[in-house]
Amino acid sequence: MLARRIIPCLDCDLGVPQGRVVKGIEFKQIRYAGIPWELAARYYEQGADEIVFLDITASHERRTTMTDVIRKTSEEVFVPLTVGGGISSLDAARTAFNAGADKITLNTAALLRPELISEISQAYGNQAVVVAIDAKRRCGHEEGKTVIQLLEGECWFECSIYGGRKFTGIDALAWARRAEELGAGEILLTSMDRDGTYDGFDIPLTDAVSRSLQIPVIASGGCAHPDHMYQVFRHTGASAALAASIFHFNEWTVEGCKSYLAERNIAVRI
Amino acid sequence: MIAIVDYGMGNLFSIYNALVRVSGEPMIVTEPDFSEADGIVVPGVGSFGRCMEQLARFGEALRQELDEGKPVLGICIGMQVLFDESAESPGAQGLAWMPGKVVRLPSGMMVPQMGWNDLRITREIPLLDGISSGDRFYFVHSYHCRPDDRSVLAATVEYGTEVVAVVENDNLAATQFHPEKSGPRGLRILENFVRCVRC
Repeated sequence: MLARRIIPCLDCDLGVPQGRVVKGIEFKQIRYAGIPWELAARYYEQGADEIVFLDITASHERRTTMTDVIRKTSEEVFVPLTVGGGISSLDAARTAFNAGADKITLNTAALLRPELISEISQAYGNQAVVVAIDAKRRCGHEEGKTVIQLLEGECWFECSIYGGRKFTGIDALAWARRAEELGAGEILLTSMDRDGTYDGFDIPLTDAVSRSLQIPVIASGGCAHPDHMYQVFRHTGASAALAASIFHFNEWTVEGCKSYLAERNIAVRI
Repeated sequence: MIAIVDYGMGNLFSIYNALVRVSGEPMIVTEPDFSEADGIVVPGVGSFGRCMEQLARFGEALRQELDEGKPVLGICIGMQVLFDESAESPGAQGLAWMPGKVVRLPSGMMVPQMGWNDLRITREIPLLDGISSGDRFYFVHSYHCRPDDRSVLAATVEYGTEVVAVVENDNLAATQFHPEKSGPRGLRILENFVRCVRC
């Protein structure tokens, strides 16, 4: 049986020499955590099942490139590496794969031009294409949207693009299904309501998406305690849990989270 | 020195760096000449058919080295091409160094199998020294090997059916999973291979 995966996520600002890992709160304020490949190596040593790098550089001037980050990381880290943030063409994807990435994530570019998913998955295989969805809860019933029943009432989920700065009106569940049809190998599902809040994963969102797809779903947003991972694995079909702050600021190690899960009979790689 | 066969199907950093890490002195080989190598790794990327197209020109040289006793390790598609044929690429001829064929993973399971599955060791071999049943390795594949001769099996995993994870026959061994992406235990397997090469 496959283990549930624990994936540290490194949001990288490449506007400084060597780059730096940053962490936003609710997609805004920034705290600093360290040099990308040093953090990646630390999490690898702790037992991370995969590492995700997202380029969130705001400035146009880059003092380092994701290629450098991946090359350097792959000398020390022997688990799959995923790269995303601003990949908007087959060429950009190729650059990431050539640098040593095993998978790339697509977000804004895929929503603007869905065929990009097919182009990359045909060239590199479904398993290499992760479609990232940033979903925001919208209260109330809306015609044509996939409506979820919550304790608080009905809601649907809207996809945002440009790192949460723009909303699209697109139904996140419908988009996830479309992405799967187009050849996505995985969905990285981030709850914008939970991201950076430390309140735990959005269980109804993760449950709804994972139940409507055949491909693995990576839950993201809001993880601050291994119990949040336990809850998302216990109550949804998520294949993996992605987290950032919980690891960056030494609150928990990957190893600590996995022991917590193993004690509660969640299959993890120890 | 360990040769990594570069047949032009993608980046080889991971396997190169992993072999550096276990002091395997890797070198990337783009021509079918393995005279300087003490052991050979056949990495696997892409589809069975495409891989065989590119690998064909290395076939004879590889066979010769194998007959002379050099250890050879196939990884992922590099394992599948050791067999006769694959449902992935009907009509394409494999290297046929192990009798059997490659079939699609069972329907009803997520395909590709992608993730960390737990090994069941069926036969103790030097390549699996220090590895125990239950240890997890990283798999990414849609097709799996069905050897005619089950005596080549060394380890399997369960994925809707029995999936062959490791095969071995004298100096020829192969893994369906990616040891170079399987953390410290994957490195242990590569270290074992390097040790086999040196002994």
